[in-house]
Amino acid sequence: MIDYQSVMNQQLQSLKPSGIRKFFDIASEMDDVISLSIGEPDFSTPWHVRQAGIQTLEKGKTWYSPNRGFMELRQEICKWVARKYQVEYDPATDVVVTVGGSEAIDASLRSLVNPGDEVLIPEPSFVCYVPLAQMAGGVPVILETKAENDFRLTAEELRAKITPKTKVLVLPFPNNPTGAVMRREHLEEIAAVVKEHNLMVISDEIYSELTYGDTPHVSFAAIDGMKERTILINGFSKAYAMTGWRLGFAMGPTAIIAQMTKLHQYGIMSAPTMSQYAAIEALKNGDDDIEEMRSQYDMRRRLIVDGLNSLGLTCFEPEGAFYVFPCIKSSGLSSEEFCERLIYAEKVAIVPGNAFGDCGEGFARVAYSNSIPNITEALKRIERFLGTLK
Amino acid sequence: MEKLLALLSENARLTPAQLAAMLDTTQEKVNEAIEQYEKQGVIKGYRALIDWEKVDQNKVTALIELKVVPKPDRGFDEVADRVMSFDEVESVYLMSGGYDLAVIVHGKSMQEVALFVMNRLAALDSVVSTATHFILTRYKDGGVVLHSGEDKDQRTGCVW
Repeated sequence: MIDYQSVMNQQLQSLKPSGIRKFFDIASEMDDVISLSIGEPDFSTPWHVRQAGIQTLEKGKTWYSPNRGFMELRQEICKWVARKYQVEYDPATDVVVTVGGSEAIDASLRSLVNPGDEVLIPEPSFVCYVPLAQMAGGVPVILETKAENDFRLTAEELRAKITPKTKVLVLPFPNNPTGAVMRREHLEEIAAVVKEHNLMVISDEIYSELTYGDTPHVSFAAIDGMKERTILINGFSKAYAMTGWRLGFAMGPTAIIAQMTKLHQYGIMSAPTMSQYAAIEALKNGDDDIEEMRSQYDMRRRLIVDGLNSLGLTCFEPEGAFYVFPCIKSSGLSSEEFCERLIYAEKVAIVPGNAFGDCGEGFARVAYSNSIPNITEALKRIERFLGTLK
Repeated sequence: MEKLLALLSENARLTPAQLAAMLDTTQEKVNEAIEQYEKQGVIKGYRALIDWEKVDQNKVTALIELKVVPKPDRGFDEVADRVMSFDEVESVYLMSGGYDLAVIVHGKSMQEVALFVMNRLAALDSVVSTATHFILTRYKDGGVVLHSGEDKDQRTGCVW
């Protein structure tokens, strides 16, 4: 009998499993559940993009692509980023196409972190940064963002956690799960600290195209002096509803992208070929699709924020992604209790805020990537549930 | 306020408060706009979308193509007026192409619809010929998918 625990990697075994999965599993066992727990678009990939994928299969283009991704795709990515966020990159040397934004995050951390380096990670946030930083040999240091700051990272919060060992700052905005965004003025404050303390930044901007309000998303790499310190991560999953195609990219200083490309080359080879062809079509002809989906999300966002606030589950107005992060403290329950009782009583699945970091306790993540009838029905059920708590 | 119409055409049961929230305006403005649309005849009414096949197995619907001789002064209007006056008729459209009027007719049985076409429609003096096509299954109606095994949320992967 092999003692598997002793043969496996200790660091890996010490990682916590994701807390989101549990509620999703409960939901998938029930009938008539409305799941506002799912962090992906409810839209299918736009048809012309799917067609581009189908055509590559029909033509038998089923081979590997170049390690960094097809040159045409890298060119289109660079044009897209320049057009949308006014940052210029060289498609030959400054881009690597990855298997989703996730691979790009992993490769970025592994390229920058030496054993013992501290990695600053704002929370609440996407669940992968801490475990991936640990697997890269880094020491995660949590920056707790606060509801009273609309869950933005402030320069003071950042400064307070910097030590001589600090190497990297992860900037996950627009944010999953809070929906917080960092506008230009907020990013400039952060940039000043980054420069002062000579930090590197991994800016995960996967939700950039889902930014609401009058002013568009500002990339951290577009802030004066930050391009040379930033690995910019984005992808196709959220903007183009292409989650299952598994395609993202990282852009940054030539020297760093060269090292990341080595990792990608040895570990992955290349991102899926048909996904890359579909992505070229998306970048060339998909602006209207983004706008249409964004305007749908925007209406749902207003509907659900208004609905939750009027039920006493107060939420600040999220300006990005497709999540609201209401405070559930008025119920007198913990986040876990609230979500568990809600799903059993009324069959509405949402995710406890503490799944995204300890400071998410007292909140819950509600995804509005769902239809308007489902959202209105979910609001009714939540109202009924709150009535039973009184 | 065209977004308001789009929202109502998808779901007429949204409350003025919900509509106002979604459109970033006030309830008063939403109520006002709806009233205006109703007065102008832009909004013609509100009705439920019903899958009748689930309620009544015997309901039959047919699409009838009519070729007609237009009247010198009133064109197709006169015969269209006559055709749409029958209770059995749900919709009447003037078409381009191989025939003139498309008529959607309901009945309790194929025989009933056939008799209606023979005795009522074909009998009209400007009708030259008819062709009756029975609808076998409705997959999608009024923008709503009726027959599909894919009602359940199919997103079963990660939950990030």
